This record gives sequence, C-alpha cells and structure tokens, in this order.
Amino acid sequence: MQKIVDKSFEYLSKLSAILVLIVLVTIFWVLFEEAKPAIEAFGIDFLTNSKWAPNLEIFGGAPAIFGSVVSTFLAMIIATPIAIGIAIFLTEIAFEKLKTPIGTAIEMLAAIPSIIYGMWGLFYFAPIIREWFGGNGLGLLTAGIVLSIMILPFMAAITRDSMNTTPDILKESAYALGATKWDVIKDVVIPYAKAGIIGSIILALGRAIGETMAVTFVMGNVHKIPDSIVNAATSIPVTLANEFTEADGDLYYASLFYLALILFVISFVVIATAKFYFLRKVRKEI
Amino acid sequence: MIKRKIINNIVLALSTLSALIGLFFLFWILWTLVSKGLDAMSMKIFIYDTAPPGREESGLRNAIVGQLILVGVASAIGIPLGILAGTYLSEYGKNSKFANFIRDISDIMMSAPSIVIGAFVYAILVAPVGHFNGWAGAVALAIMMVPIVLRTTDDMLNLVPQQLREAAYALGAPKYKVIIQIVYRGAKVGVITGILLSIARIAGETAPLLFTSFNNNFFTTNLNEAMPSLTVTMFNFATSPYEDWINLGWAAAFILGVFVLSVNILGRLIIKKRKVK
Repeated sequence: MQKIVDKSFEYLSKLSAILVLIVLVTIFWVLFEEAKPAIEAFGIDFLTNSKWAPNLEIFGGAPAIFGSVVSTFLAMIIATPIAIGIAIFLTEIAFEKLKTPIGTAIEMLAAIPSIIYGMWGLFYFAPIIREWFGGNGLGLLTAGIVLSIMILPFMAAITRDSMNTTPDILKESAYALGATKWDVIKDVVIPYAKAGIIGSIILALGRAIGETMAVTFVMGNVHKIPDSIVNAATSIPVTLANEFTEADGDLYYASLFYLALILFVISFVVIATAKFYFLRKVRKEI
Repeated sequence: MIKRKIINNIVLALSTLSALIGLFFLFWILWTLVSKGLDAMSMKIFIYDTAPPGREESGLRNAIVGQLILVGVASAIGIPLGILAGTYLSEYGKNSKFANFIRDISDIMMSAPSIVIGAFVYAILVAPVGHFNGWAGAVALAIMMVPIVLRTTDDMLNLVPQQLREAAYALGAPKYKVIIQIVYRGAKVGVITGILLSIARIAGETAPLLFTSFNNNFFTTNLNEAMPSLTVTMFNFATSPYEDWINLGWAAAFILGVFVLSVNILGRLIIKKRKVK
C-alpha cells in the first residue's frame, strides 16, 4: 500500500513537471494552427507589408513589428545607462545604511503592476511629451519612455546582483594599488560581471518587447509606420490588446494569431539567449 | 592623477544621479497612485457595481469580487501544480538532464509575454465554447503562476539539509512521507513566501484577462460567464472619456497597488525575519 502511494506521488509530481513542457509546446502548436490561414494567405511578406485593412481583408504585420522594435529600442537606450548607474550606486557608492532601503525601493518599483505605469503614462506623462515635443502625446516616444521606466528597476536589480558577485578581495587589491572607485568599477567589477550585466539587459529586452499594458495606453493604436516617433503608432501587444475582441472574419483572427506567434518566437529567442548564454552563473530570483 | 580623480567624481555623480532619477519616478508614480486613488475611494466602491457613466450608485464591487474569484481559482490550479513540479525537480530529478531542461523551460515561461498566453487560452477555452468565461481567465493566470511557484519550491526544498532526509529514511520512512512530513515542513516558510509573491504578481496582470474572462458589468460568481476584474475594468475605465469612470479607474489602481505592494512587503518581512533567526 505504502509503495503504491509512494510511486503515485512520484509520478504525480513528475507529471506536473512534464506539464510545464507540454504547455510550452502546446502554446507554439496552437498559435501556429490558429495563424495558419494567415500564414498561407500572406506568407513571409506579412513581415514587410505595412497595410492593415480589415475591411479589405489585407493584413500586414510591418507597422506592429516596427512599433515593437522601435519602442523597445528606445526603452533600452534610455533604461540601460540609468540601470547600470543605479547598480553602480547601490554596489559601490551608497553607504551601507542606504543600500537596503534604496535597493528595496527600486525592487518595489518592479512589483507595481504594469497597468499602473500605463495609466500614469497616459494621464501624467503623455501631456508632458505633447508639450515638449508636439504631436498628441501618444506614440512611440511616450511608449518607449514609459517602457523604460517600467523595465528600469528590473534591470537595475539583476545588474546589481551580478555586480555583487565580484569578490571583495579583487576590489580591495585594486584599491590597495591606488585605484579610484571608477578604476575599480571599470577594470574590476564590470569585466568580472560582464556576462551577468549583458544577460540582465537582454532579459529586460525580452520583458519590454512582450509588455502590453504599460504601452497600450500611450501608443495611440494607429496601424501605420509613423513619420516621427511622436506620432501615434502600434506594436504587436497593443494590436492584440485592442483588436482581439473585435476581430471578425477568419483571416483577421488568424492574422492576429500570426502576430502573437511572431511575438512569442522573438521573446522566446531573446529570453533563451539571456538565460542560457549569459545568466548561467547568476541564477537569481526574479 | 588629477584627471583620474575628476573622471572618478563625474562617474560617481552620474551614478548617484541615476539612483535619484529612479527614486524620483518611483515616488512620482506612488504619489499619483495614492493621491488620485485616495480621492476616488469611498464606501460606494465596495457597495455598488460598475454602472454606466453619470450614475450616482457606481462602484467596483463586482470587479473586486471577480478579481478575487479569478485569482483564487488560478491559485487553486497553479499552486498545487507548481509545488508538485518543484518537488519533482528538487527531490526526484535533482541535477538530471531532464530536470535541468524543465527548469530552463519554466524559466522561459516565466518571462513569456502574458498577452500571448491570453491569446493561447482564448483559442483553447473561449473560441470552442463560443463566449468569454471566468475559467479561461483563471487558467491563463494559472499558466503564469506555475513557473514562479515551481522555481521557489525547487529553490526552497533544496535548502533543507540532506541529513534531515537521511535521518527520516533511517527510521524506515518511505520517500513521499519524508517529503511531506520532513522536507515540506522544513521549507514551509520559504514556499509560502514564494506563493504570496506569485499571487501578488498575477493579481496585477491584465493582458491575459482581456480576451479570456473579458469583463462584465454585473455581479457574478459564475465562472462560466464573462467575469469582471479590477485590472480589465481599470483598462476600460481609464481609456474612457468619462470623468467618473476615470476616477473609478484610479480607485481600482489604488486597491490593486496597495494589495500588490503590501503582499510584497509582507513577503520581504517574512524572509528577513527568517534570516535573522
């Protein structure tokens, strides 16, 4: 009797572990199956066609892909230097007493649901962009900045964790030779933590490209490649969030799934690269 | 020599500035959330359901209840699966190739775009039925929850000293008893903290619910119907042109923010307390 229970417990737990794999494979398969009509109709040209006209049953993913790439790129350019700065501040500059509260505060920023960033962006940040840069305040620039604020704490926290892995003895040896803090940071800490820092940046990139709610509010949802980054645009998650429930017609529906599949593949590749190529050593909770 | 010192000071000043920028935005967003949220809070929020704009008796009761049900059902599905899978990795699979492969897969799932998970669940649980339903929303949230719980369980069970297991084996206990009575007990606090954090994480998710549980302006506890949630209500109300709806949106944001942040702080306190011991 006990043997049966023992074995069933083992199989049950093994089954749960396998379930994770099954879900991942099923997601790929279902997205592909649902996207099939669109894949057959538009093929690979879907990626470059910029016309999105549901009434004509013509669908091209270029505006959404363009928006995703540009908003993510903007977010990365803004967030990366600041996140590294924060990490340097937290590991090398701040007094012991300040490290924990500021570190905690930054991690709290990472816990705030992304929809709150989006709402704040719509009501408080978009008007500022409108005033400073023109346009109606909604568009790639606003989306990129709101996105950068959203990934900043996440990026800073893992960058800090990788910098923290530098052994004190290496740093102390450099100080003993008369190095300044900056010398130590650039010649000891950053080379030592390089893989972890790059990994955290790529991981943040993976988060940013799939992020929906922080950008849906401020993107404007216009299916056109905009002339300027202050004009309204769209991105893959924004298109999905706004149009999924309205999609009528099989081809419309399939095209949205095509976009979802593209997004899933991109983020899968990005996250896998970050995790398995760079972050192997720094296996840390987040 | 002097040049080095100047560069040093510039870099240190820039880093400090970065930290200030980060904190500035944190406080700005928190301040917005608190001031706007508190302004919009009243007893009405908890007594009345969402109503058309301009109505005096308008609140968030249905959305709050819906959110609790969705998160509750998601937890009921996701937590046991996550714990069992984590148990397998830590106690049976250990460092085998298969176990490490599952760990990798789960890590990828943890960062997968939530909107794609929503689309996936739509295809398997909404389209075949023909209408939005609460079950679909709960399943979408559960899919996001499993990898988080799996990771914490795996990590926490690993911290339990090997000797405890061996002592129990020596007394003739079968493996499942060792796991349930010794390992789980030893890792209890850590696992519970991980569960709390995973609940906080999925409670703030909107994207997986947009086209699974959708929204409902009426009070419902029926998971076969479309089910309202705070997050989706927030999205609909905040993007509407009506002042009173926008205010309700802020109230929803406030409730959600307070919940998520307090659970996070609670989790941190538990971990800290254990470390001190």
